Amino acid sequence: MRGVPLQNPYLPYPVRIDKITTETTDKNLKTFRFVFLNPEDEKKFAYTPGQFAELSVPGKGEIPIGIASSPTEKGFVAFTVNKVGLVTNYMHNMKEGEIMGIRGPLGNWYPWEEMEGKNIVIVGGGFAFTTLRSSIVYMIQPENRARFKDISVVYGARNPGLLLYRDELAEWEKRDDINMHITVDGTDDPDWKYNVGFVPAITEKKITSADNAIAIVCGPPIMIKFTQPVLEKLGFPPERIILSLEMRMKCGIGICGRCNIGDKYVCKDGPVFSLAKLKQMPGEY
Amino acid sequence: MTNKIFTKEEWTKALQGLSDSYKVFVPVKDGDFHTFKPMNATKAPDFDFQNTRLSARSLVYPQAERMFEYSLDENDPEANIIKETPKDYSPQAIVGIRPCDAHGFKIVKPNFDNKEYRDPWWIQHFESTVLVGLGCNQPCSTCFCASVGGGPFNKDVLDVLIYDLGANFMVSGLTEKGEAFLSKAQGGKAADDAAVKQAEALATEAAKKVKADVPTDKLKDKVINDLFAAPFWQDVGFACLNCGTCTYLCPTCWCFDIQDEVLGKQGDRIRNWDSCMFPLFTLHGSGHNPRDQKFQRVRQRFMHKLKYYVDKYQGGVQCSGCGRCVRYCPVNIDIRQVAELMNNY
Repeated sequence: MRGVPLQNPYLPYPVRIDKITTETTDKNLKTFRFVFLNPEDEKKFAYTPGQFAELSVPGKGEIPIGIASSPTEKGFVAFTVNKVGLVTNYMHNMKEGEIMGIRGPLGNWYPWEEMEGKNIVIVGGGFAFTTLRSSIVYMIQPENRARFKDISVVYGARNPGLLLYRDELAEWEKRDDINMHITVDGTDDPDWKYNVGFVPAITEKKITSADNAIAIVCGPPIMIKFTQPVLEKLGFPPERIILSLEMRMKCGIGICGRCNIGDKYVCKDGPVFSLAKLKQMPGEY
Repeated sequence: MTNKIFTKEEWTKALQGLSDSYKVFVPVKDGDFHTFKPMNATKAPDFDFQNTRLSARSLVYPQAERMFEYSLDENDPEANIIKETPKDYSPQAIVGIRPCDAHGFKIVKPNFDNKEYRDPWWIQHFESTVLVGLGCNQPCSTCFCASVGGGPFNKDVLDVLIYDLGANFMVSGLTEKGEAFLSKAQGGKAADDAAVKQAEALATEAAKKVKADVPTDKLKDKVINDLFAAPFWQDVGFACLNCGTCTYLCPTCWCFDIQDEVLGKQGDRIRNWDSCMFPLFTLHGSGHNPRDQKFQRVRQRFMHKLKYYVDKYQGGVQCSGCGRCVRYCPVNIDIRQVAELMNNY
């Protein structure tokens, strides 16, 4: 299922920034939509939801970022970038039309074969919602929707302004083939019509069964820590709790040694691991 | 297999002749230590050494290596497009490399060249290199190559093996690449049976002198998380300064960093050796660091060499027994003792 092997796996594809969207009211998260300069590169960049890529800014460096677009969206690839370090700060000042590189797709993906015919529970927090957005868009496509049973999504942020993809969330709310449970830790907005409460608590309230279900969890460590016991109480075995790890990375292809945990590399053997697998690995993440 | 005898003067002359066809690297005395330098007329090779201070790793995997280049000049129609840096892969020979250091290349190979990804630079440097080894008549007290699948005259990865017979060298071609190298060497004569017997006796004697009892046999049967949680890691790492000397001297460490460097409007992407001993190695952009404590980093180094690698590649430990990390550790942390602790846990 991996993409065509690259001749030089470190060489990025040149891309043009097609569109930049500021996602959050604190302006710390922007979504970059890229178009490949060489149209044939788009085919080589065949990806599956859950994978990531190295965004490559000449003169600044590379950063590993989850792919936020879905392979069903053609003509571009999108990433949501949090402003934290050298490369991301620089990117936040870049303009549409500028040229940079992307390298990938890298890593494994959510266990799509295993997910077929199952109820899907997606639990996301904050800006870790990117590959979950990719997954949701992918699953609700008419050609894919029948492959999955109920889809439930719990997604929370500290406040309404920090939720990603707000227009899409509102659209998904209206659909009857996906159960959305949007929540914020708190808000002073009197018109807020969704949930208020932490993600683990909302998960406990809204998700009622682990029967024939698989859970995908992405979020800050604190959210994962408190969501895990909720899912276990619901009856999810560790094999059916799927997590995506973050790690400092450089090469992205299991060679530079940086993201090593046990006998695994997060970049190549991950970033997606079941809780069962993670329990066999040293807890160095 | 060609066995030829050269007097030591003849061998130096032969190497000078070989410099026309190969970039020939030889050990030269540089201050108190030996180091590999390109063969030239001004400084003679010196084959009278125990081992070079640094392994020859940098000749296949440079400590800093240009990966790509790009223009940042807005007037350049190709601005910001990252391109491969042209490389010189003309044949080179590392003459006098010790068998342990050559074994190091074999150990790191599956990392750079596997069925999923192939590192173009390491592979091409390695393939263009002739490894002309020098057997160890007198292994050091810190050597333990024979404990980890090697030996003072181990031919495994070498293309040519040199035996120091006193006044003469006996030089044996071991591979096609090595025979081709040797066929271009001027002078020398075919070795007679007596010389071959003398060489074999040297190898047998040396094998008796090298430490062969560092235990690693039970490592593969251990459970990663058990060893990870073992109580001795705080003690093992107690004196460590996290200086990184062990990782830079090691012929089997391969971790690297990738950095962009810009001069004017011209930029390069470069990879540099890095070390798991440094806290920055794993520091996340968020400030979180999964190995923020010293003992965790020390544990990572030993667990990677003696357990993770063993499990991942099923071909023994990630150590060639050269003993450099034992000799040069400023606080005397000894991988042989750590191997014993882990193996017997």
